[in-house]
Amino acid sequence: MNYLMLVCVDESVKLSKAEWATMTAEVKAWVAGMDASGVRLLGNQLAPASDATTVRVRDGEVLLGDGPFAETKEQIAGFDLIECADLDQAIEVASKHPVARFGALQVRPYI
Amino acid sequence: MTEQHTADVRAAVDDAFRADWGKVVATLIGMTGDWDLAEECAQDAFAQALRVWPSGGIPQRPGAWLTTVARNRALDRLRRRVSEADKLKQASLLSPPGNPEGGGVDAGDIPDDRLRLIFTCCHPALPLEARVALTLRTLAGLSTAEIARAFLTAEPTMAKRLVRAKQKIRNAGIPYRVPPAHLLPERTSGVLAVLYLLFNEGYTATAGGRLVRHDLCAEAIRLARALVGLMPDEPEAQALLALMLFHNARRAGRVNAAGDVVTLEDQDRSLWDQREIGEAVVVLDAAARRGHRGPYLVQAAIARCHATAWAAADTDWALIADLYGVLEQMVPSPVVELNRAVAVGMAQGPQAGLDLVEALATSGRLDGYYLLPATRADLLRRLGRPADAARSYRDALGLAVNDAERRYLAKRLAEAEADVESDGP
Repeated sequence: MNYLMLVCVDESVKLSKAEWATMTAEVKAWVAGMDASGVRLLGNQLAPASDATTVRVRDGEVLLGDGPFAETKEQIAGFDLIECADLDQAIEVASKHPVARFGALQVRPYI
Repeated sequence: MTEQHTADVRAAVDDAFRADWGKVVATLIGMTGDWDLAEECAQDAFAQALRVWPSGGIPQRPGAWLTTVARNRALDRLRRRVSEADKLKQASLLSPPGNPEGGGVDAGDIPDDRLRLIFTCCHPALPLEARVALTLRTLAGLSTAEIARAFLTAEPTMAKRLVRAKQKIRNAGIPYRVPPAHLLPERTSGVLAVLYLLFNEGYTATAGGRLVRHDLCAEAIRLARALVGLMPDEPEAQALLALMLFHNARRAGRVNAAGDVVTLEDQDRSLWDQREIGEAVVVLDAAARRGHRGPYLVQAAIARCHATAWAAADTDWALIADLYGVLEQMVPSPVVELNRAVAVGMAQGPQAGLDLVEALATSGRLDGYYLLPATRADLLRRLGRPADAARSYRDALGLAVNDAERRYLAKRLAEAEADVESDGP
């Protein structure tokens, strides 16, 4: 089964330089491990939510929002497309992602 | 056919329903992967039993008969689907049909998939209320209307909840299996939590006019019994069963004829079900012999102290206070601390209990929980401070939602106010 894994963080939480370095190394290790096992199909980090643009069309008119569509504390910081046998495996894969320890991961199946 | 015969058949079908519904549904889900089809075919099989058993006789192994009929029915329907959609692959996955009337079907060749079903229904990715509803529907065989009634929910709401849960199982890929060893302890405690929640919902209805709903308690006990049978090496499952039995044994004494709460202290202990208490003791001893000390074992040990005391005055409160201390270490919770305060208040006197309650109140961790002011009120009453007690009873009354509990608090408040009057201003 394919799942889109959204990696979400509270952007107001600032990591120190050392913490950031550790995090980056750990994410790299997670990516390498999941690529090697064939679980991760693709994925990327995303620019901050302030760089997002929301697009809607209403009555034929293109309406733009100058940010993400949801006013939540946690914003999407990256995504991975993973292929797993079932939800239990997807949960395990997500729980091993370093961001899970301070952010949140949403695992969403393909329809 | 005599009237008696019809009644016999109906009773046999009822028995089979209680004993085998979950097994039939679980087997069919395992076979087809289709939850709705499994339920419909199980229903068809029971309907057929009502039609066929009066003339053909009640089979020796009703469970095997029902499973075979349901399986054949599912096969028929899948074949029809297959020919409609031309998906032959699906049919090849299914085992050949058996003959319900013949001797070829052995109970042994029908796998008991209930454990897989329990773990799937109680998967932590499902909302808690959906886990409870799904367990009652698929394992216990309660109808959507019955579940809705039990939880004071409108039937369409409950139906939607069940549909969504089944959709999530399918769409999100929640596996139909007993979890592997590394997940088993955590998931097992999740299953036990659902069963205990079910029992407690029956034992102290959170809302509405009645304090106890025995049907839910009975279902929870039945499910716990089945779980013990399916996981004989799981001491916490045994301990949970013992805990439920100890509580349930006291049901006749908990509420008086007017539907009012009777406190443990004032209960007529001759109303307690000694046979059930005896069974609980045996189950608890068996769990304890395994040497594993889990939270349900400790709670069952506490319930045993109450259930086996012949009079309220015989209760070993010092032991109960110690057990709550052990429980607090295992599962830190302010409610457990409050219960320990009650036990300490009984073992060492009301002032010692009150000190613990006040510390808890100061921490603010039980704000909004009516038993905190109710406990404080009771300790103040025993300390001979009726004016303070009345104030706390009033606080508790403002927070309690169950009608029977509210009536109890109102009565205690009136007594405390009378004491204040007689003591003078």
